[in-house]
Amino acid sequence: MIRLEPRASASRLATWLSPLAALALTLLGGAALFAMLGVDAWQGLRLFLVEPFDGLYAWGELAVKATPLALCAVGLSLCFRANVWNIGAEGQLVAGAVAGGGAALLAGPGTWPGYVLLVMIAGMLGGMLWAALTAWLKDRFGANEMLVSLMLTYVAQLLLGYLVFGPWRDPYGYNFPQSRPFDEAAVLPVLWEGTRAHAGLWLALAAAVAAWLFLARSHPGFRLRVAGAAPAAARYAGYSSRQVLWTSMLACGALAGLAGIGEVAGPMQRLTASVSPGYGFAAVIAAFLGRLHPAGALLASFVMAALYIGGELAQSRLGLPASIVGVFQGMALALLLLGDTLVRHRIRWHPPAGAAG
Amino acid sequence: MAVPRLELRGITKQYPGALANDDVSLAIAPGEIHAVLGENGAGKSTLMKIAYGTLAPDAGQILWDGRPVALRAPGDARALGMGMVFQHFVLFDTLTVAQNVALGLPPAAARGPARTWLAPLIARYRLRLDPDAHVGDLSAGERQRVELLRALAARPRLLILDEPTSILSPEAKAALFSTLRQLAAEGCSVVYISHKLEEIRELGDRCTVLRAGRAVATVDPRASARDELAVLMLGTAVDQVRAVEPRPAGDPVLSVRRLSMPAPAGQRVGLREVSFELRAGEILGVAGVSGNGQTLLLSALSGEEASGPDDAVLLMGRPVGRLRPAARRALGLRAIPEERLGRGCVPEMGLDENMLLTMAPAQAAAGGWIRRRGLATAAARVIARYGVRAAAPRVPARSLSGGNLQKFMVGRELDGAPRVLLAAQPTWGVDVGAAARIHQALIDLRDAGGAALVVSEDLDELLGLCDRVAVMAGGRLSPAVARERIGTDMLGRWLEGRWDHDPA
Repeated sequence: MIRLEPRASASRLATWLSPLAALALTLLGGAALFAMLGVDAWQGLRLFLVEPFDGLYAWGELAVKATPLALCAVGLSLCFRANVWNIGAEGQLVAGAVAGGGAALLAGPGTWPGYVLLVMIAGMLGGMLWAALTAWLKDRFGANEMLVSLMLTYVAQLLLGYLVFGPWRDPYGYNFPQSRPFDEAAVLPVLWEGTRAHAGLWLALAAAVAAWLFLARSHPGFRLRVAGAAPAAARYAGYSSRQVLWTSMLACGALAGLAGIGEVAGPMQRLTASVSPGYGFAAVIAAFLGRLHPAGALLASFVMAALYIGGELAQSRLGLPASIVGVFQGMALALLLLGDTLVRHRIRWHPPAGAAG
Repeated sequence: MAVPRLELRGITKQYPGALANDDVSLAIAPGEIHAVLGENGAGKSTLMKIAYGTLAPDAGQILWDGRPVALRAPGDARALGMGMVFQHFVLFDTLTVAQNVALGLPPAAARGPARTWLAPLIARYRLRLDPDAHVGDLSAGERQRVELLRALAARPRLLILDEPTSILSPEAKAALFSTLRQLAAEGCSVVYISHKLEEIRELGDRCTVLRAGRAVATVDPRASARDELAVLMLGTAVDQVRAVEPRPAGDPVLSVRRLSMPAPAGQRVGLREVSFELRAGEILGVAGVSGNGQTLLLSALSGEEASGPDDAVLLMGRPVGRLRPAARRALGLRAIPEERLGRGCVPEMGLDENMLLTMAPAQAAAGGWIRRRGLATAAARVIARYGVRAAAPRVPARSLSGGNLQKFMVGRELDGAPRVLLAAQPTWGVDVGAAARIHQALIDLRDAGGAALVVSEDLDELLGLCDRVAVMAGGRLSPAVARERIGTDMLGRWLEGRWDHDPA
C-alpha cells in the first residue's frame, strides 16, 4: 500500500523549486503530447519557449496577456492568503468589463481626454460590486464563497452576452454581437509604438508592489495574514473575520475589474460577447505558481501568458486544437499540486496491513 | 541487564544554532518505566522524535532488542512495536473516539461496533471515555486519554509519553500512573518524558537526566532527593518562588454577575450563573477538571465570545460584556490562552510579528504601517526579560519549545502593562525553571497592584500561587475561598460540583 507521510519539515529550497519543476515537467508532457499528435516536439515547444519572447511585438503581446493575468493573480493571492477561496475572478473581470465598457460607451467625440480614468474606475467598481455579492452572501448567510463566486462568473458572462446581443449592440456592426468601438477618450494609450501593450501593464506592476506593501508592511495586511494562517489567533487578537473577508474580496474584485476594463479599453476597444479567454481562472494557477506572493504572481503571469501565446501559435501554425492551452494549464496546476504534496510529504511503501508480525 | 528493548547510542542532532542532542546514550529494559527528565529545550523531545523515527539523527545508532535498526519514519517505529503519546494532540476533531483510534490500526483490528472492540480496552485501562463521542466535544484531559488509547490499541511493546500529565487532574494522573504500572507489569517498556520531579520520583524505575542536550546522569529517582534531581536537571539550585503573603485586596477590577451562556456548537457545557469578583492586588485561581466551562468562561471574559448582557461583565466598573477583545485590551484586560500555537501565537510568524498580535494598534502600527524595527525591539525586550530561549526576535514561534513559547506569551502580555491578566493553564507543559519564572511574573503583577485570574488543573499550582481559589464544575463556579481555608476533602467535593452545603 502506498501512503503519504508528512515530512517533519519542508525544505525551503524545495518549496521554491517546486513551481519550476512543475513548469519543466509541463513542457516535457507537452513535448510528449506533440509527439503523439504527430508534430515535431521541438517545433511545438519552440512556440511556447522561444516565439513568445522573440522581438518587440512578441514582448508586447506577452505584456497584453500578462497584464490581466497579473492583476487577477495578485488579487487572488490576497484572497487565498486570507483563507478566502474566491475562484470567481473571471466573473469579477467580466463585471469590470461591463461596468467600464458601459462608462466608455457614454463618451463621445468631444469628451475630455482624461475620461479613460473614469472608465477605469467604473471597471474597478464593477469588479468590486461582483466580489461584494460573494462577500455579502458569505457574510450574511454563510454561503460557500467558492461555489458562489464560481456561479456568479456565469451570471456575469450571461449579462455581458445579453448586453452585446441586445441593448448595446453596434447598429452598424452587421449584427455581430459587439458594441460600437469606443471613442478615443475612452481608450487606454499604447505604451510602445508597434505593440499592443497598454497602460494597464503599469497598473499591474503597481498592483503587485502595492499588494506586497499591504501584506508585508500594513496592519490590515497583517490581520489578513493572521486570519489566513491561524484563524483562532485572529479571534484571540480580536481581528474581525468579516473585515478580512470584505477587504480581500473587494481588493480582488477591484483588481479583477481593472483587468477586465483594461482588456476592453486596451486591446479590444469595444465590448464583445467574450472579453477574456479565461484569464480569471488561469490567474488561480498563476497565483499558486507564484506561491501566493505578489511578486511571484506577477512573474507567474508572464509564464501563463507565454502559454496562451504558444497555444495560439500552435493553433495557427500547426493546426492544433485551441484546447491545447487548457491542457497545458491543467498540466501545470496538477503538477504543481503534486510537487507541493511531495515537498510536504514523502511517499512510503507499506506492506499490506496484517502481513507483518 | 538483559538485552534492552530499546537502546540509543551516541545520538547527536544539530539544529541551526543549537546542538539539540550531544552524544546521548540511553537503554530501556523490557518492562521498565524509564523517565527522561530535563528542562524545556534540554533535548528531550528531539531525542524521542529520533527514537520514534520522526527525525533522523546526525550521528548515533538505534538498537531494538539488541539489533541495529534504521527508522526512516514513525511507521517503521510502529512496525517494531513502539507507540507514542504526543504532547500536542494529533486528533481529528470531527471524528469519534473510536474512529480516531481505528485510523491508526489495520482495518481488520477495528471492525464492527466500537463497543465490541474498543470498550474492553477502555475498561481495562480505566480510561473513562465514550467510544462514540466526537473528539471535538472532549476536554483537553479527555483528548489526552484518547491519544493514550490510540497508542495502547496498537498493543505496543514500548510506549513513549511526552509530558502526559501536564493537564491531568490529580485523579486522572493517579489513574494514568496505575495504567502505566499495569503496562510495565505486562512487559511493556514505558519511556516517560517529564520535567516534574515529583511525578518522576513517584513513577520511574530509572531516570535519565538531560541537560543542554547531554545525558548528565542516570539515577534511581526513588533514591534521589528532589533537590538532587533538580540540580542535575538545571545545573544550579532552583530559584524558589517568593512565598505568597496574604495582603489586603483592593477594589474590584473585574466583576462578573450571573453570567450565563449556552454551550457553543459542538460542546456540552455552557456557563450557568457564574459570578465572581477579582480585586486589584490578588490572584484568583479557578480549579476544576478541564471541560467544565473554563474555556468558555475565559473566552467570555477576553471578548472572543460576546458575553451576553453588557453589564454581566464589569471591568473597572465599566460594562464590557459586548466589547471585542481589542477594546477590552485597551482597557487593561489581557489574556493568555491555553493553546500556544495557533491561538496564542501564529506558528509560522516570527516572534516580532507575534508581538503585534496583542499590541495596541496605535503603538504597533503608526498610521496603519507596521514598524518592524519597533516590533523586533519589543520582542527582544520580552526575550531578555523573561529568559525566553530564542536565537533571534524573528525566529518563527513554531521553532520554540513549549515552555519558551509560554514564557514569551506571558512576557508579551505583561509587556502591555495589564491591570487584569487572564491566564489559562499558564504552566502546562512547562519545566520547573520556566514555571517558577512565570509564577514570579504573576506575583510581581499582583504586588504591583494588578490582578490575575489563573485557570489551571494543577491544584498544587493554584494552592501555591493564588490568594483565593474557586472551583468550576458543570459550567458553575463555586464561591472563592481563601487559600488557607481549603482542605483536600473539601476540594474533592467541590470538584464534583457539591459546594452548596459547605460554608464558603
